Amino acid sequence: MNISGLLGQLFAIVLALLLAPLLTGWVNQCRAWLQNRTAPPLLQPYYMLHKLFQKDVVLADGASPLFRFAPFVVFGCMLLACAIIPTLSTDLPFAPAADTIALVGVFGLARIFISLAAMDIGTSFGSLGGRREMLVGFLAEPALLMVIFTTAMISQSTSVATIVETLAHREFIIYPSLAFAGVAFTFVSFAENARVPVDNPATHLELTMIHEAMIIEYSGRHLALIELAASLKLYAYSCLGLALFFPWGIAEGASFVGLLLAIPALVGKLAVGGAFLAGIETINAKMRIFRAPEFLGTAFLLAVLGLLVRLLLETRV
Amino acid sequence: MNTIPLSAQLINLFASVILLLAFAMLAQRRVLQLVNLFALQGATLSVSTLVVAFTTSQHHLYYSAGLTLILKAILLPWILHRLVRRLHVKSDVESLINVPTTMMFGIVLVIIAFNVALPISQLSSTITRGTLGIALATVMLAFLMMITRTKAIPQVVGFLAMENGLFLAATSATYGMPMVVELGIALDVLVGAIILGVFFFQIREQFDSLDIRHMERLKDS
Repeated sequence: MNISGLLGQLFAIVLALLLAPLLTGWVNQCRAWLQNRTAPPLLQPYYMLHKLFQKDVVLADGASPLFRFAPFVVFGCMLLACAIIPTLSTDLPFAPAADTIALVGVFGLARIFISLAAMDIGTSFGSLGGRREMLVGFLAEPALLMVIFTTAMISQSTSVATIVETLAHREFIIYPSLAFAGVAFTFVSFAENARVPVDNPATHLELTMIHEAMIIEYSGRHLALIELAASLKLYAYSCLGLALFFPWGIAEGASFVGLLLAIPALVGKLAVGGAFLAGIETINAKMRIFRAPEFLGTAFLLAVLGLLVRLLLETRV
Repeated sequence: MNTIPLSAQLINLFASVILLLAFAMLAQRRVLQLVNLFALQGATLSVSTLVVAFTTSQHHLYYSAGLTLILKAILLPWILHRLVRRLHVKSDVESLINVPTTMMFGIVLVIIAFNVALPISQLSSTITRGTLGIALATVMLAFLMMITRTKAIPQVVGFLAMENGLFLAATSATYGMPMVVELGIALDVLVGAIILGVFFFQIREQFDSLDIRHMERLKDS
């Protein structure tokens, strides 16, 4: 492990912490523009976090230590995910710690803790949200794994860094299987990040909410950590999608110039991705919770189809 | 992995898009969206044929591509749109099996089609032989759509989508059929669509509905 790699890794983590709320703010701004509303300022998520970190924590009477512990676990998981996914360079000293399958596990761990914490208080909203989250989660996870297997078959490795290196720095080949995997991944990331076809991030006090129902009892710095973790999750998913399907611009080594060139590429790609996300959210209506299994089942089938197409079209001469 | 020429990559990509659209049609619940997806599939097929024609410099394939574009991406969708509007079909498409199960059947069909096509495509020497499995899968998915849908219009769309799959199979296995055969099939499909359109009106006059399950009873009650 060399020192420049370590510095690059630390820089990537700091950048993730800085950019994640900005991405959330940008998506909200785009949504507001597309819906003919006055947009909140781009830095609104930072103001929110600042306000929440200064407020006192109000705990419910029946809260167990798990309830106080969960925001830190969730935040830690998301930060680890952001550290593993190559955003700027593929030379990541943390990357051997977890491959893509473990990455899915990290997301799963965060999900379990937040659901348990939601059920811990014993309010009806909390347990309702927790159960719904698990319903969405157990359907989204296999689809995500299938998407990852498709990319892993192309690069013959499950390490994210190796996958990105293979896809970005080899000669340009069109992989039809990646088209299927890309559509499936888009479906999964909408479901996982509580976005519109599955959940609505902007509503409270409705019987349809999933993510907001789980965190309804949190306040103060706990809520701030969870909000930050949600932003980091969106950032991690966006970066994973960009790394798997649009990997150009990510530096291969830990060279300083490569990193400098990678930053504008990343910001540009995230800006386009965020606008795309806002556009999809605007033209779609939220669907009933019972349609979510169908939505995610489609994602799973598309990912399987990607694997099959990979076997048929791309493995022979 | 051995390098595949760019044109073959493009053909594979378009074939995959056609398969993707076949699945989208299987999952689609709205009639008008179904027709639009069919038009998109026809357009993709046309572009794919154009790429094959350009790569292999088979001139008759240019005519096939043009014919496909005019007939399947413009004329037939237009006719179907008109029919949907004239028949006031507003309700969603009903299927006998629910959509996720249908998709699961679809995956099984794709696996079967890929396995069946593998030995056949190894005999072939065309640049497009890899897509034969996809063409077969498209045909079978269209079949599945015709079987599972209860209303008449989705069944006709399934029939037309099946023709798309057959056309793709012909292009991928042997660089297309002779021009006379292709023209004959195109005319058949067109006439078929028109006759079925007239037939829709008859069905609706008789049963006040386009649900073909009404036709299972032979006697007037």
